[in-house]
Amino acid sequence: MKTVRLTLWGAVVVASAAFLWLYTSQGSNQRFVSELSQNTDTLRPEFSLTDHQGNAVTEQTYRGKWLLVFFGFTNCPDICPTTLGELAQLMDLLGPDAQKTQPLFISIDPERDRVETMAEYVSAFHPSIVGLTGTETEVTATAKSFKAFFEKLPQETAPDGYTMGHTSAVYLISPEGVFVRTYSYGTSPEKIAADVQQRL
Amino acid sequence: MSRVLFNTLSSLLFLLFAFPATAESVRGGDLVVEAPWARASIGTSRPSAAYITIRNEGSSADVLTGIETEISSMPEVHEIKTNDNVSTMSPAGPVEIPAKDAVKLAPGGLHIMLIGLQRALVEGERFPMTLIFEKAGRVNVSVPIYSLGASGPEE
Ligand SMILES: [Cu+2]
Repeated sequence: MKTVRLTLWGAVVVASAAFLWLYTSQGSNQRFVSELSQNTDTLRPEFSLTDHQGNAVTEQTYRGKWLLVFFGFTNCPDICPTTLGELAQLMDLLGPDAQKTQPLFISIDPERDRVETMAEYVSAFHPSIVGLTGTETEVTATAKSFKAFFEKLPQETAPDGYTMGHTSAVYLISPEGVFVRTYSYGTSPEKIAADVQQRL
Repeated sequence: MSRVLFNTLSSLLFLLFAFPATAESVRGGDLVVEAPWARASIGTSRPSAAYITIRNEGSSADVLTGIETEISSMPEVHEIKTNDNVSTMSPAGPVEIPAKDAVKLAPGGLHIMLIGLQRALVEGERFPMTLIFEKAGRVNVSVPIYSLGASGPEE
């Protein structure tokens, strides 16, 4: 009987430690991206989402291409369209090298951004941009895997009463699926093009 | 011949003054508002944004207190803040335009959020917008609409 109780207590300690660890690592979400700069070669983002044409996709779908990944939402009137417009310019600047790259726009607002919404939205920027969305669970898992941050912010005047805060850097992922770097918001398409092209 | 030349020259000069280099520039009191533009929208279900530069040539600060436009049921100045690669957007409140200085509303910083679009913003079209200042009063501008992916007034 004593050993059972001891084992149970042991389990309680382990569970509490795990809970604490999870809790604190969630609290530090906001620092995920800056942590990336110290720990880059090990990050291999994984995801299981739906593209804007309704196909189920994973990170394996895009193996062999340099991925440019941007998290955002279609109700975003400033950062997201500006960045997608710049990614569109980037694809044009890359010329024939564009075939070796794939821009992905991942919605962190799956509640509003359904497949049809994503299709209508990304196609307005560039035919090469793929929009990805999923269930709330899938999107959360994806962001975690990229160490990207997002949060729903209640805002009285915003459409539907909320807006989203999110990581606004563009990720570069190698054809092998390994994180390479981020380009912070506002990096010019010319700069990104030069950086990508020297790696091809 | 010289008379024809003179006439041509004077009409050219007249045109030059009638259409100054900064085509989209409106004066209101000590303020000069210039280079307005807005982002095209897909339909009316999602908000869009407008941008403008406000120069204060006067010797005292002015404050942008409100926006009116028929295109939006609730135009509001918003500010993007980016910390540690995370961007958030919130209402900016009244915007001070310091004396002898300029405030530029541009992507990644301040924008006029066009909430509740009354009609779609179509690239190439224009809409009227009124900026309301504490001192300079109401300043009317005509806002050209650029592409959905535009990032500045030069496009
Ligand atoms: Cu806004």
